[in-house]
Amino acid sequence: MNLTAIWSIYRFEMTRFFRTLFQSFLSPVLSTSLYFVVFGAAIGSRIDQVDGIDYGAFIVPGLIMLSVMTQSISNASFGIYFPKFIGTIYELLSAPVSFLEIVLGYVGAAATKALFIGVVILATSSLFVDLSIAHPMAMVLFLLLTCLSFALMGFIIGIWAKNFEQLQLVPLLVVTPLVFLGGSFYSISMLPPIWQKVTLFNPVVYLISGFRWSFFGTSDVPVGLSLLAIGGFTLACLCVIWWIFKTGWRIRE
Amino acid sequence: MAAILSISDLRKSYDGGFEALKGVSLDIDEGEILALLGPNGAGKTTLISTVCGIISPTSGSVKVGGHCTLSDFRAARSLIGLVPQEINLEPFEKVINSVRFSRGLFGKPRNEALIEDILRKLSLWDKRNSQVKELSGGMKRRVLIAKALAHEPRVLFLDEPTAGVDVELRKDMWEVVRELKANGVTIILTTHYIEEAEAIADRVGVIANGEILLVKDKDELMTQLGQKQLCVHLSAPISDVPASLAAHALELNAEGDALIYTYDTRGERTGITSLLNDVAAAGLVLADVSTRQSSLEDIFVGLVSGDKA
Ligand SMILES: Nc1ncnc2c1ncn2[C@@H]1O[C@H](COP(=O)(O)OP(=O)(O)OP(=O)(O)O)[C@@H](O)[C@H]1O
Ligand SMILES: [Mg+2]
Repeated sequence: MNLTAIWSIYRFEMTRFFRTLFQSFLSPVLSTSLYFVVFGAAIGSRIDQVDGIDYGAFIVPGLIMLSVMTQSISNASFGIYFPKFIGTIYELLSAPVSFLEIVLGYVGAAATKALFIGVVILATSSLFVDLSIAHPMAMVLFLLLTCLSFALMGFIIGIWAKNFEQLQLVPLLVVTPLVFLGGSFYSISMLPPIWQKVTLFNPVVYLISGFRWSFFGTSDVPVGLSLLAIGGFTLACLCVIWWIFKTGWRIRE
Repeated sequence: MAAILSISDLRKSYDGGFEALKGVSLDIDEGEILALLGPNGAGKTTLISTVCGIISPTSGSVKVGGHCTLSDFRAARSLIGLVPQEINLEPFEKVINSVRFSRGLFGKPRNEALIEDILRKLSLWDKRNSQVKELSGGMKRRVLIAKALAHEPRVLFLDEPTAGVDVELRKDMWEVVRELKANGVTIILTTHYIEEAEAIADRVGVIANGEILLVKDKDELMTQLGQKQLCVHLSAPISDVPASLAAHALELNAEGDALIYTYDTRGERTGITSLLNDVAAAGLVLADVSTRQSSLEDIFVGLVSGDKA
């Protein structure tokens, strides 16, 4: 294992992040604050409680998940797509590094950035609402797994994409709708019965539900199922990556 | 000397079915400089990219320092440094970070002294904290070279390293190449400037249409394939080559004041003695005599056009 190489890739990616630290920091703070103004204050004042939790607090886990998922995907997909686009991938391909090491470097960096943003949102939220975290360990575990699995998915998208449009396509057409419809801002029990069933096909529901459970101890679906879902998703991404590695798909001519 | 790079029957067909390499075999000795010459689209970059692991070969094998580039890719690739033809650099990164990154990627521990040394030699030290995008084209090419040298390769591929580099820096660059050679580094370079190959290479390979047409010791190539021209300058112009000299296949220049005799240095006899005797017998007065050896370029153009015919 070429640990120095993994660390080099990771550092190189993180400097890109630090170069734009201010934006990286400001945009989640700003968007979180806006969500609180719109959902928390304007709408929340009419809803007041969901499952016995203040609406303002109720949306925090969903907000974090929303950002963490989209950030993981966009960071990782851009991270590997950019070298392909500008041609610097030649260096990765001609270096004594295995595909696994490349994945660890890029996915690790993308997940770290997303994690950072998740923490920033959590901190910003706590300025607006009273938050207590019922299961901190589980919270961290869910957060880490989400960062990791969505960064893996982003990496796959970045390898797959042949142009910038494709790079945006999956996040825009698949991920954002699934996340918004995954119960970020509402409890599934608020839906009409038929939609309560349909929505169970949305994998994001399990993640948000599990994450919310770690905050408030209540969930839409059993926590075990949530863990299973995210574990399964991570595994699926790993399998796809292993296959890419085996075949050199869209990397090596 | 043992071959440090051994390519056998390497073939590459691109997705469209185009065969860019048609069974290339080549052995390169440790410490030598090989110049690969060939017209645009000959397959030079494809060959280099296949050896370096950027392109998967369709068939054939490559060994670097005895390590197969596919089954033992780590050992093989750690020996190789590559300066690609295209300027592929992350534009927003600082020069020095970009060079450090290359070293790290090859699993080598940090060595700031070495990196400073490389950057100084390539006249990049003053620019070390500039972003790559702020550099000129020639400087960017030198950053590519610095990146390739950062992990102390034993075999260095330079794919048209001097394209877009001015004369002064080109000299510096050859100085670096000579120094590397003195340290035992093997260098394979492609170039369109034949004078460069002539000046720096130990051996010259000519590639066209995905095939190696020849690989020869440079000096040997020059003398073996070299044609020489003897130019007999006359003190007074003439209108036609005298009939008594017809056997020598002479050409008269446009001004009519010089006879040009082309001969092969490989030949047993060059025929110069009899030519000069006959010239004197024909009553022509000589003003001067000069010879010209054909350059690699002449040889190269002859080979490539001969191949197409
Ligand atoms: N990715 C690719 N897909 C299909 N054909 C390719 C690809 N890359 C190169 N070729 C073809 O392979 C042939 C050899 O290309 P290559 O780049 O190796 O030439 P070269 O000798 O380096 O030329 P130059 O002197 O212009 O750099 C060319 O005909 C080129 O069109
Ligand atoms: Mg080329």
